[in-house]
Amino acid sequence: MKRHLLSTEDLGRDDALLVLDTAERMARVAEASVRKLPTLRGRTVVNLFFEDSTRTRTSFEVAAKRLSADVINFSARGSSVSKGESLKDTAQTLEAMGADAVVCRHSASGAPHRLATWVRGSVVNAGDGTHEHPTQALLDAFTMRRRLGRVDGLAVTIVGDVLHSRVARSNVWLLTTLGASVTVVAPPTLLPLGVSSWPVEVSYDLDAVLPKSDVVMMLRVQRERMSAAFFPTEREYSRRYGLDVDRAARLADHALVMHPGPMVRGMEISSQVADSARSTVVEQVANGVSVRMAVLYLLLGGSGETT
Amino acid sequence: MSGDRDTVGSAGTVGSAGARGQDGSWVLRRVRPLGGEAVDVLLTDGIIGAWRPAGSTTPDSEGLPPGTTILDTDGLILLPGLVDLHTHLREPGREDAETVESGTRAAALGGYTTVYAMANTTPVADTAGVVEQVWRLGLDAGHCDVRPVGAVTVGLAGQRLAELGAMADSAAGVRVFSDDGHCVSDALLMRRALEYVKAFDGVVAQHAEEPRLTAGAQMNEGEVAARLGLPGWPAVAEEAIIARDALLAGHVGSRLHICHVSTAGSVDIIRWAKAKGWQVTAEVTPHHLLLTDDLVSSFDPVYKVNPPLRTARDVAALREGLADGTIDCVATDHAPHALEDKETEWAAARPGMLGLETALSVVMETMVVGGHLDWAGVAERMALAPARIGGLPCTEGGPGSSIAVGAPATVTLLDPSPRRVVDADALASRSRNTPYAGRSLPGTVRATFLRGRPTVLDGKVV
Repeated sequence: MKRHLLSTEDLGRDDALLVLDTAERMARVAEASVRKLPTLRGRTVVNLFFEDSTRTRTSFEVAAKRLSADVINFSARGSSVSKGESLKDTAQTLEAMGADAVVCRHSASGAPHRLATWVRGSVVNAGDGTHEHPTQALLDAFTMRRRLGRVDGLAVTIVGDVLHSRVARSNVWLLTTLGASVTVVAPPTLLPLGVSSWPVEVSYDLDAVLPKSDVVMMLRVQRERMSAAFFPTEREYSRRYGLDVDRAARLADHALVMHPGPMVRGMEISSQVADSARSTVVEQVANGVSVRMAVLYLLLGGSGETT
Repeated sequence: MSGDRDTVGSAGTVGSAGARGQDGSWVLRRVRPLGGEAVDVLLTDGIIGAWRPAGSTTPDSEGLPPGTTILDTDGLILLPGLVDLHTHLREPGREDAETVESGTRAAALGGYTTVYAMANTTPVADTAGVVEQVWRLGLDAGHCDVRPVGAVTVGLAGQRLAELGAMADSAAGVRVFSDDGHCVSDALLMRRALEYVKAFDGVVAQHAEEPRLTAGAQMNEGEVAARLGLPGWPAVAEEAIIARDALLAGHVGSRLHICHVSTAGSVDIIRWAKAKGWQVTAEVTPHHLLLTDDLVSSFDPVYKVNPPLRTARDVAALREGLADGTIDCVATDHAPHALEDKETEWAAARPGMLGLETALSVVMETMVVGGHLDWAGVAERMALAPARIGGLPCTEGGPGSSIAVGAPATVTLLDPSPRRVVDADALASRSRNTPYAGRSLPGTVRATFLRGRPTVLDGKVV
C-alpha cells in the first residue's frame, strides 16, 4: 500500500484486492464475541471533518476503536476553521499532536491531497468535494463480492447525479480496475462533459439498462439541483430515473440494489425497493466498518502492538 | 581598455570593458538586432545614435561621446523594450503581494520597459485620482513606464460606466480600459463603453467570461475536470463573449481588445472578426502557450488561473494564432498572490500566476525554438503590437518602436544560449506563485534600457 489513500483512480488492482481480503478478515472480528483487536494500540487516528457526516465519521471511529487506536474527532465545522484558520494551520496542529493517520472529509475537491503534502502521517480521503470517496467504493465492492461472490465480470449500473458524485467517481475507477463493466445512467445535465473519456458506458435510459445489470447503484440526488436547472422537477426526475417497484421488477432475480446513503426516499429510490431483500443498504453500513478497519490497518502497518 | 575613463558602474559580464560617463552613452558591441547580423550599436542622448560595423568600436574610436561605456554584448539579441498590456501590480491595496516598485522591478528584469497596470486594485482604479497615483508610483520607482488601465465600470461592478474621460484626461493619460477579473457582461453597457472611448482613441480590453456559464468554475471543463470533480469553466463562456463583442465592435466601429485568449475556438472567432475588417485585437499569456490543464491533477493551486489552463489542442491553436498574427501580442497577466492565498485547498485559492520575469523565456521556448516566430516576430508580438494597441504616445520611435537609428534607446538584450532552472525564491516579485518553479527555460535577459538609461545590467536591477 502507498502511504495515503486519496483516490481509487491511482489504486492498483493488487492493493484493492489486498484491502478487500483484509476487510474479510476484519469482518470476522466483528462477528466474534470480543470485537476488538490490539493492532493499533498507541496509534492516534484523527477524524478531521470539515463537512458534517455523522455516518462516515462514526464508521471510521468504530473502525479505529476496534483496532484499539486512540481516536480524536476534530470537527472543523464551527471550530477555528470558520474563523479563518487555514487547512494548513489545521494540518500543522494535527502534526503537532502526533496524528498517525488523518481521516479527512472536506467540501473542496483535492483538499486531502493538499493535506498529504503537509503532514507526516497517512491521509485517508473520507470524501473530498465532488472528487472521490475511496472507502465508500471499497465497501461497495466488498459488499458486491460478499453477496455475489465476485466483482470481476459484473455489470454495474450507477444511476443519478454522477456530475456531483464522489461516490460515482471512486466506484468507476475501482470497479473497472477490478474487472466489472460499469454503465452510468443520468440525465445528460448530471453527467460531466468529459465522461466520454471514462472507461464506462453512458446511457440516458434506465429501463433499457436494468435487465442487464447485476448491480444497480442509486446515487443521492439533492433537491437543490433543481434550482440550477439540472432537471425540471423532483417528480420528473423520479419518473425517469427513480428506482420504484415497477422498475425494480425489471431486474434479474440475483441483482442487487445499492445506495451509499443517505437516501432521499421517494426521489431516487422508493421505500419498498430500499427495504427489499435485494437492497444492501444496511449491509453497506456494516461492511463500511470492516473496510475502514482494513484501510487503517494496512496504512498504519498494523505493527502498533509490537512497538 | 581606456585608462582615462572612470570604471564605476562597470557592467560586469555584460560590460567587460569601458566606463560609464555622466552622459550615459553606451556601445553595445557585437549585438544582434532582432537576432540578425552583429553590429555595434551606440546609445546616446536617450536614442539609438548609430550603428557601426561589428566589433569596430573601441574606446579610442572616433565620434564616441565622452564617457561612453562599451559593453561586450557579443551574441546577445537586441529587441525593442517589451511592453506588457496586462500586469497586476496590486498597489494600492495588496502591497503584501506586490507593489508598483517590486512589480516594475520584476518587469525590468523580464525585459519590459512599459507595463499596463490593471485596474482591479483596492480602491479600484476607476477615477482619475487612483490612476494618477499608480502612474506616479511608477515614475518614482523608475524601473519602467507604468501605464494605468482604467476600470470600465465603477468598482468593476458592471453596473455603470466609470468616468472614462476623466481618466483619459488625467496625467496618467489612460487609453486602455478594462474590468479585468470581471467581464463586462451586460451587452448594452459594453456597447456604450466601446462607443464612448472612441472620443479619446481608447480601447476596451475585455475579460471574456460569460458569468452565468462559469458560476463556481474551478478549471477548464473537460476530461480532467470530469476526473477531478472540479466544476468546469467551459470554453464557450469565453467564446460567446468574444463573438458578441466582436459583433458589437463591428457594429459601432470601435476598437476592441480581447484579454488572455485561451481557447482554440476563440482564435477562430477572432480570425473571423479580423477577416471582416473589424478593429479587434487580442493577447495570449505565456502560460496559455505552454501549460495544460492536466497539471491541475496535482491540486496545487499554483496552476489555478483565470481563464484556466486548457488542453494541448488549445495550446497548439494559440501558438498558431500568435504565429499568424490572429493573436496580436503576448501579455503576461502577471498576477501576484500572497502565499496564504495559494497555500490552500484548490477551491479557496485565488487565481493567477506570476509572469513578468519568465515571459520572454516562455515565448522563446514555445514560439522561437519551435520555429513559429523569428526574433522580429517576437519584437512585434511583445513590443510593437502591444504599444500600438495601448496607444503609447509617440509610438513612432517611442517605446516599442523598432531599433532604427534615431529611435529611443528603449531596448532589451537577451542572451539566448543558456537554459536556466526557474527559482521562485530568486524572483523580484514579492510573491512566489510562479508555475515554472523547477522548470528549465531558455534565454536570460541581460540588460534593459529605458530611453538610454539602463534599468537592468548584467541581469541585475540598476
